[in-house]
Amino acid sequence: MSNWIDACAPDDIEPEDLIRFDHAGRSFAIYRSPEGEFFCTDGFCTHESVHLADGLVMDHVIECPKHNGQFDYRTGEAVRPPACKNLRIYATRVEGDRVQIELS
Amino acid sequence: MIKRDYRLLGEDARRAVEIGLNAAQWYHTEVPRKDMKAMMGRSDQPAIRDTLILFGAMVLFAGLGIWLWPSWWSAPFWLAYGVLYGSAMDSRWHECGHGTAFRTAWMNKAVYEIASFMMMRNSATWRWTHARHHTDTYIVGLDPEINIMRPPALAKIVLNLVGIPDTLAYFRSAFRNALSGPDAAERSFIPQSEWPKVTRIARIHLAIYVATLACAIGFGSWLPLMLIGLPRLYGCWHAILTGLLQHGGLADNVTDHRLNSRTVLMNPVSRFIYWNMNYHVEHHMFPMVPYHALPALHRAIRHDLPAPNRSMAEAFVEMWPILMRQLRGEDVVLERRLPPTARPYKDEYHAELPRLGSFTAAE
Ligand code: FES
Repeated sequence: MSNWIDACAPDDIEPEDLIRFDHAGRSFAIYRSPEGEFFCTDGFCTHESVHLADGLVMDHVIECPKHNGQFDYRTGEAVRPPACKNLRIYATRVEGDRVQIELS
Repeated sequence: MIKRDYRLLGEDARRAVEIGLNAAQWYHTEVPRKDMKAMMGRSDQPAIRDTLILFGAMVLFAGLGIWLWPSWWSAPFWLAYGVLYGSAMDSRWHECGHGTAFRTAWMNKAVYEIASFMMMRNSATWRWTHARHHTDTYIVGLDPEINIMRPPALAKIVLNLVGIPDTLAYFRSAFRNALSGPDAAERSFIPQSEWPKVTRIARIHLAIYVATLACAIGFGSWLPLMLIGLPRLYGCWHAILTGLLQHGGLADNVTDHRLNSRTVLMNPVSRFIYWNMNYHVEHHMFPMVPYHALPALHRAIRHDLPAPNRSMAEAFVEMWPILMRQLRGEDVVLERRLPPTARPYKDEYHAELPRLGSFTAAE
């Protein structure tokens, strides 16, 4: 059963940036791409569990602030070591003036 | 002095994990996200410029060295070539390993592989040792890149000014990796998926050295070795000197980079060779910031850091007596004073380390 959660307003995230979103004991990263689309992944890096919120978004890649591992935040794919394990991703949508993420 | 066990699978490693040093929260200076984003921004331009200058200068110095060979007039050109090969490549290895030097990924990768070869480092292994160095900076038993142990191995440090222990260690591990892959300690920090790469890189490196040696024997000349291999020995002194200053004489087993790392202001030539890694506290606190933005980062956070040393000479004058006292068996480190604008060191960063803690401020 799908479960859409209200996360933030679109303007809470600058283009080519991300914010942290915590919900029900879990932590996520919500991204706004340079094209203005929204994406969501697990918040913690799969390498050593550092939160990605302080990282750098470049085009469609998020770079982890600890060891510069990189992920494609659209697919979750780890694209640069030391990140080797993919990130989990979540569907997003904009409903009215809210960005929502889908938790199953 | 408390005896330290620097082995990665040793007693101090076990204790560090037991008391939670491996999962500690490290201190960070607060920087507004907008400013940090601007400083983290990537660009190819500065690194392309610097790389063209670097390789251009290497070609020039090597060309003059070959032209004047075997006269002693060639010596200054070999020394200059050597410093670029055996020292500047260390910082290129470092920056491109972080992936921050260029914006374009393949450029970082290409320079990283070339620099790893020149510095005699297995590129697949050292990516992981350096990740560990950033996770567990100067935590005894966890950080594989502690270059001044306590007590300091002075003879090894001096011999490393001409690269001897590092070169011997490199060839030992290159042969081992080429024949049987990473050993147990290496497997503790390299993911299994990367083990075949460690073997492949070791074989490629060894093949190049064998070909160089064959050329030297075939032509009956030292020149091939003067170009490849030997400059790692006769030109690494600058990288060793700057490397010693990064953490030497400062605390181990703490989780505040202001206590275990050192920023030193340097002359422009050393800064080019070292690619601004003299801003070492800044780099450890914020490894996302590329080398060319470190001076800006320094200006943004210096109110929260100990005053930098004003020159390499001043830093050595400060560090050397501490190393000598450690050599005599004293458990002493240098605690660098914070300015009144800084957030104070937190005692809990180092006061609760029963076995590993040996934090004693030097006068
Ligand atoms: S914690 Fe993210 S790359 Fe290491």
